[in-house]
Amino acid sequence: MAKKEIDQHSGIETTGHEWDGLKELNNPLPRWWVYIFYACIVWSVGYFVLYPAWPGITGYTAGILGHSSRLEAIADVEALKTVREASAKDLVTASFDQIRAKPALMEFALANGRAAFANNCAPCHGTGATGSTGYPNLQDDDWLWGGKIDDIATTIRYGIRSTSDQTRVSQMQTFGPPPGGGDPVLKKDEIAAIADFVFSLSNPDYKAAGIDNGKKIFAENCIACHGEDAKGNQELGAPNLTDKIWLYSGTRDAIVAQVTNPRHGVMPTWDGKLDDMTIKSLALYVHDLGGGK
Amino acid sequence: MSLMDKHVVLEKNSILLVLGIIIVIAIGGLVEIVPLFYLKSTIEKVEGVRPYTPLELAGRMIYIREGCYNCHSQMIRPLRDEIERYGHFSLAAESMYDHPFQWGSKRTGPDLARVGAKYSDQWHREHLANPRAVVPDSIMPGYPFLARTDLDYRHIAALVQANRLVGVPYTDEDIANAETDLVAQANPDGKDVKALQDRYAVKSAKGEMISIPVARDFSGDGKVTELTALVAYLQMLGTLVDFKIYDDKANPR
Repeated sequence: MAKKEIDQHSGIETTGHEWDGLKELNNPLPRWWVYIFYACIVWSVGYFVLYPAWPGITGYTAGILGHSSRLEAIADVEALKTVREASAKDLVTASFDQIRAKPALMEFALANGRAAFANNCAPCHGTGATGSTGYPNLQDDDWLWGGKIDDIATTIRYGIRSTSDQTRVSQMQTFGPPPGGGDPVLKKDEIAAIADFVFSLSNPDYKAAGIDNGKKIFAENCIACHGEDAKGNQELGAPNLTDKIWLYSGTRDAIVAQVTNPRHGVMPTWDGKLDDMTIKSLALYVHDLGGGK
Repeated sequence: MSLMDKHVVLEKNSILLVLGIIIVIAIGGLVEIVPLFYLKSTIEKVEGVRPYTPLELAGRMIYIREGCYNCHSQMIRPLRDEIERYGHFSLAAESMYDHPFQWGSKRTGPDLARVGAKYSDQWHREHLANPRAVVPDSIMPGYPFLARTDLDYRHIAALVQANRLVGVPYTDEDIANAETDLVAQANPDGKDVKALQDRYAVKSAKGEMISIPVARDFSGDGKVTELTALVAYLQMLGTLVDFKIYDDKANPR
């Protein structure tokens, strides 16, 4: 090692490095700094003992606190459940009528429902539950599968054409050319006549030559689901065709398109994803939006 | 004093310093990284996790190509608020066939680890084409070209094979049938669906077949486009493990 060199100006030893005539002084680290460094080493030993730390051959040291971030999270969720159940103990067991009879419980259910709706339902039905093309408006009093509270709860739980084996399901017939090829059930002009008739139901001023013929073809093909009065059937999810509320679109062209090659919306099942309390809260929230029967 | 002064040797000899650094990092790696490869507790034993089907794998490549991971994570952390919003926290087993994993590190959009089966295919189609169509305040860019672009799956068998090379348990049969399986999953009425499902479903301890791949017309137009693959991938995310029967207490971490 090179011999020690003392800087004449400060009297401190240099490291021997030199850049353009400048020399580096070999000052030690500040004492407080060094002590904190040592303290950290001591601290880590305590950490090794208390928390999971060292890997071994078949496992790892678990630490005497038995810490587990997963179990901690589960405990947090359980604690939250307990707090919620304390403020609404009856929500799970009470019937919908009983919940309505207790203002505090109802208020809790609605608040709970609003939060769950924003997280799970708003992406399709919209934050205001007003829906959009293909996704029903939940504010109005037009319901595909029933607007009674139990109907709504069932729809939320099992979905529509969902993966649940108890899903609500119905399929409108393809009246136009089948996708795999073959003869259509109805010819183009017959479908056009049906569209004229259906369009005229909600637009009484509409005049077209096909309406009378359309009424006849409608009676032969459509009333099984949509009813003789075309007011639909909520058992089958068949929409009311006489009002101005349309899931896809109410123009005559849209009606032709739907009869020719129907679209079928899908609502996922929430059974298993949301707990009973949340599904109940959601049903109450949706029912209370204004359209509930 | 004497031992503490020895570091001067390292400071004045660059080769020794580099060697010293390598040794220190090697010890760190040995303690922190290597055990994860041999400890059985790294990946939980759960039922239902299966390798991706070729269509899902192709969708996953589009997910990576479009950089979805830049804004979406696939990792629900074990924290109460995340569990409340997204569902059960992610398990290591759920991404054990991911090469590379898509945990991500940035959530401009929501976590997607359990987005599967949460929305309808139609919703995904509309949302991918123009997110504002269904979520008015979304800032996600639209991907309308996915629906217009036929999926290029000429190399799907090679992709499956490459995944096997890095440890995903695909069989020779899986590789040989990759192309038919891919097309079959997008056509629910086709004759090859059953073969695909038999190949990829896994047997539970009770002997039932679970995690059966869903065959659907994901893009809604009967075609196999990039949209088909991406929706198929999104719709299976987080759906493989049945948390009704999963025992949390068995796998503390």
